[in-house]
Amino acid sequence: MTMLQGFQIALHALRLNPLRSFLTMLGIVIGVASIVTVFAIGSGAQLRLQEQIRSIGANVLMITPGAVYQGGVRLKDGSKLTMTESDVQAILEQIPEIQAAAGSIAGTAQVIHEGKNWNTTINGTTTGHFMVRDWQLAAGRYFSATEEAGAGKVVILGSTVARELFAPGDDPIGAQIRIMKVPLEVVGVLDRKGPAQDDVAFVPLTTAKLRFLGSASNINRDSVAYIIAKVTADGQMAGARAEIANLLRQRHRIPAGQDDDFKVQDPAAAMEAQQGAIRTVALLLVAIASVSLLVGGISIMNVMIVSVTERTREIGIRRALGGRMRDIRLQFLCEALVLCLLGGAIGVAGGITLSMTVARMAGWVTSIDGQAIGLSLVFSIATGLVFGFYPAHKASKLSPIEALKTE
Amino acid sequence: MTAAAPLISLRSVSRTYRTEGVAVAAVRNVSFDIAQGEIVAVMGPSGSGKSTLMNMIGLLDLPSEGAVYLQGADVADLTEDRRSSLRARSIGFVFQSYNLLARHDAIENVALPLVYCGIARKERLARAEASLEAVGMLHRAHHFPRQLSGGEQQRVAIARALIASPLIVLADEPTGALDSRTGAEILSLFAALNRTGQTIVMITHDPGIAAQCRRTIHLHDGELVGDETQAPALPKRSAVS
Ligand SMILES: Nc1ncnc2c1ncn2[C@@H]1O[C@H](COP(=O)(O)OP(=O)(O)OP(=O)(O)O)[C@@H](O)[C@H]1O
Ligand SMILES: [Mg+2]
Repeated sequence: MTMLQGFQIALHALRLNPLRSFLTMLGIVIGVASIVTVFAIGSGAQLRLQEQIRSIGANVLMITPGAVYQGGVRLKDGSKLTMTESDVQAILEQIPEIQAAAGSIAGTAQVIHEGKNWNTTINGTTTGHFMVRDWQLAAGRYFSATEEAGAGKVVILGSTVARELFAPGDDPIGAQIRIMKVPLEVVGVLDRKGPAQDDVAFVPLTTAKLRFLGSASNINRDSVAYIIAKVTADGQMAGARAEIANLLRQRHRIPAGQDDDFKVQDPAAAMEAQQGAIRTVALLLVAIASVSLLVGGISIMNVMIVSVTERTREIGIRRALGGRMRDIRLQFLCEALVLCLLGGAIGVAGGITLSMTVARMAGWVTSIDGQAIGLSLVFSIATGLVFGFYPAHKASKLSPIEALKTE
Repeated sequence: MTAAAPLISLRSVSRTYRTEGVAVAAVRNVSFDIAQGEIVAVMGPSGSGKSTLMNMIGLLDLPSEGAVYLQGADVADLTEDRRSSLRARSIGFVFQSYNLLARHDAIENVALPLVYCGIARKERLARAEASLEAVGMLHRAHHFPRQLSGGEQQRVAIARALIASPLIVLADEPTGALDSRTGAEILSLFAALNRTGQTIVMITHDPGIAAQCRRTIHLHDGELVGDETQAPALPKRSAVS
């Protein structure tokens, strides 16, 4: 008897009892579906993080406001903008490992072009920002020195904003848009960097301060909300970090023993750590899902043992008609395999559906992982072999004469 | 192997069952030959060892003592797998209770032994049709056993026994579950098969049926107590005994 014949017999037997067959494979279905879903959501989260890491740019340090003391009371981090444009200048000039740096302030506002409008992030910064983040233009140019110095009414759009405000054929360059009633000329459109990054409009730092955010009380003429700086080489990240900290402590006149009023962070490293955490959680969830696979395997073994007992006479007949022990074993093993493979296939389909539903409802990124699907199917086959073997072996060991005598 | 070797040969065959220390000798020291083309009835009271004997001839069981030879070869020397293959190709079983697979239709049941001969499905079904035709059951090919009468089921079972063109057909009370008219039809089917040269061994309780077989073997308490061959046509038999 060939493997193919084994599968034919198995399919025939399983079709006769579809409900029971389905219930038998339910454990496998659930196990495989959970594994596929966990993998899909986990690798989706990783992809999103990787995209963020890439969008920040290589070797980038980020300096944000830290704790501030007022009358001996420690205020919340970032409650006061402690960094200034002269800090940016000092970092650029005094630290040799820094090749570019830029300060930014940001807020949200509505941008309007003719009939269309869009709510987005307005980031006031200098051309250095794009250098730090290795962010190229899709069209147009960066800010000119005059525009940066003189609060020029110009704007560089992220690709999402450009897409929302302009029809596909329209050239945004040179067009007038309005932000908070201020008319601005679009001078550049940026390359795509990722959905979370592209929803932004950049204006010169001076423009942002004078025309949009100038009235806010916590903004003095010189402050910036955060600074990003690019380090020349990967190996110099730690050194540059320490030097920036030293420089800023001196400039901010922080006495020894008191906390920094700023934080120097390596966002890529932080996200990589986060990525490791996601991986660990995903593995843990997969381990839990595997338990369901194990339970599924045991349930298959259980049903198969009952089935062998029920079909003792059939086994006797097959043996009398020339079935070898190994043919009987193959027949029942094929049944277990078909149950597991079918359960695995249904589980994969269910897992894909589930993760796509989750993605739509929760707005998460998921990615269906071919490797996870392959792995689940391999697991299913292994489960079928391991838990199908004992019942199949038991069936093959039955004495044909005794088996023929049973009712 | 010489041409003179009989199809089946039993030499001092005994089969003893041991259950919980008690030994039951189901067959004791039985010797006889069956030649190609014979039709043999095996008679004896219930428990006299007929089925036990049949299982050994059919390679389902091995003697505790003595030897069973199939075409001159001691079947005990064969592997279990080889004996299984021989059952598929060379032995055709017919049972009192038909033993058809309830969940397969007639033609699938008939084709079953060919699965174990490694024959492809298309040829299996073609040969099963021919075999059903030979027992007059082709019109019931796609009926399930429960849709068939006892006599019809037994015909399907005979078609199954014949499909691999076996050396010998072994029938254990093939008419035992049938009324006498249907039984007679089955019997004449066997007689017709035998006329085409098919070797048949048939267990029966019915002296009327046994009378229609040229040769009758009598068992009593596991022992061979009679082996008669009727005139007129004496089958060719090996002179060696
Ligand atoms: N597996 C077994 N274990 C123990 N004893 C057995 C076994 N099989 C058969 N026997 C015994 O062997 C003897 C012969 O049994 P067998 O089935 O060959 O009789 P039989 O002639 O076919 O009877 P019947 O006409 O009722 O079918 C009986 O006494 C029976 O109890
Ligand atoms: Mg019997």
